[in-house]
Amino acid sequence: MARASMLTSSIAKDSKASIGGRVMSNRLVWPLLSLGVLVGLWEIAALAADYAGRSRTLPGPGDVASTMLREYQSGALTTHVMATLGRVAISFPIAMLIGAAIGIFLGRVKTADRFFDSWLIFFLNLPALVIIILCYVWLGLTETAAILAVAINKIPNVAVMVREGARSLSRDLSEMASVYNFGFWKTLRHVTLPQLAPFLIAAARGGLAIVWKIVLVVELLGRSNGVGYQLNVGFQLFDVAMILAYAIAFIMVVQLIEIAILQPIEARVNRWRR
Amino acid sequence: MAPVTDTIRIRIDRKEFPALGTREANLVLNGLDITIEPRSFVVLTGPSGCGKSTLLNIVAGLDPDYDGEITLGDAVKRTAFIFQTPRLLPWRTVHDNLLLSLPDGDPRTAGIAPLLERVGMTEAAGAYPERLSLGMQRRVALVRGFVQEPDLLLMDEPFVSLDDPTAQELRQVLIDLWNRVRATVIFVTHDRTEAVMLGTRILRLGRGSATVLQDAEVRLTRDERLEPDIVRAEVKRIFGDT
Repeated sequence: MARASMLTSSIAKDSKASIGGRVMSNRLVWPLLSLGVLVGLWEIAALAADYAGRSRTLPGPGDVASTMLREYQSGALTTHVMATLGRVAISFPIAMLIGAAIGIFLGRVKTADRFFDSWLIFFLNLPALVIIILCYVWLGLTETAAILAVAINKIPNVAVMVREGARSLSRDLSEMASVYNFGFWKTLRHVTLPQLAPFLIAAARGGLAIVWKIVLVVELLGRSNGVGYQLNVGFQLFDVAMILAYAIAFIMVVQLIEIAILQPIEARVNRWRR
Repeated sequence: MAPVTDTIRIRIDRKEFPALGTREANLVLNGLDITIEPRSFVVLTGPSGCGKSTLLNIVAGLDPDYDGEITLGDAVKRTAFIFQTPRLLPWRTVHDNLLLSLPDGDPRTAGIAPLLERVGMTEAAGAYPERLSLGMQRRVALVRGFVQEPDLLLMDEPFVSLDDPTAQELRQVLIDLWNRVRATVIFVTHDRTEAVMLGTRILRLGRGSATVLQDAEVRLTRDERLEPDIVRAEVKRIFGDT
């Protein structure tokens, strides 16, 4: 009896695993296929450029890959990518935290929202470059100025998204929390933040993509390391292979963060949904 | 003799919702004065918009914007509110929803498991509320109210939009739980049969000025409340044919 049930359960497990495997391979087939086509088109374009005698303006995938490998072996790629990643890792949480706090505040307090709305629109429309230049002018070409510039660029964005969520917080649930004496921290953790989670995740997703691009500009203008600095060097030397190598290396790192950190967090936060 | 301070007195001189946009100002409660004996089960009934829910919100302290005075008396230390919708946190399991309704490490936590068992929800303790039927969610809301061991229990049409058998079953669960706890209950409903089945006293409110149109005592024993014919006769005695 026990053996029979063990047998069926192991069969069930097997069939489940094979279904899981098929889903997995299906999930991988499309991105791989589309990336393969993209690389193929790139190769064709590079060959055409070569044929026209301008191979330096568009090196093929092979050249870029070998440049990437060379930079990796010399240790330069790791050093610069880590420098950029470090700046993202510091400025991104600062922007999320301050932006979310402002967003919740404006979403909950109507008078403050009316007053500060124009400020928010002003900062939203202030070009990233202006903020970066001003930070460098006022604070000097320092690490603090660089990180501050990135955070300030992202804060209004996060605030606007979180404000939208804070405006639509359920009154029913906050009344429930008040009747059952939840208090401030319990309400924030169990009632408010879960309702804001979709908005926070959307802000984090968009934020990550924007923040690392701004970090590159910040590095290009006033830092002596990081991917942005290397891109500048590549630009000076007219070394397109190096520019592409660093850009692609960083895209891969950001994708890795998305898959290894953001997606699991999202899955965990959404596990209660039907 | 019980001290006078044990009675609950609800005096609302005036409660008005101010005009908003195109909606005109709405005077919902005006000159209402109700006295409630401890451990009675008072049913408030009346037409929609007569201010029943507003009254409960005021008693619960959710709406401080009124003229009047609520005296809960010395006997009321804990109030629980069972709302018209279950109002469970969808991102917390049934068990966590119940735990969160009590302070951390409160001894009443021990009451969660027996109460869940009593309403037949032991199996669902680890489930997320949105995966449960409305009837099951309402059971959890009922448990959340009773696990407080309240002295005053406010209920705002807690069985509305359930099918008849489920609603009937939950009413029996409520009678059963109430008989063990004997909290003072203020229960709002539109349903006259429900009012008679559950209440020891029925207050019928009129529209607008919210005067008490009728104040009737329900004279049924616990067993009689489960007999549809007897309940029907009592509904007729109290409400007439209207």
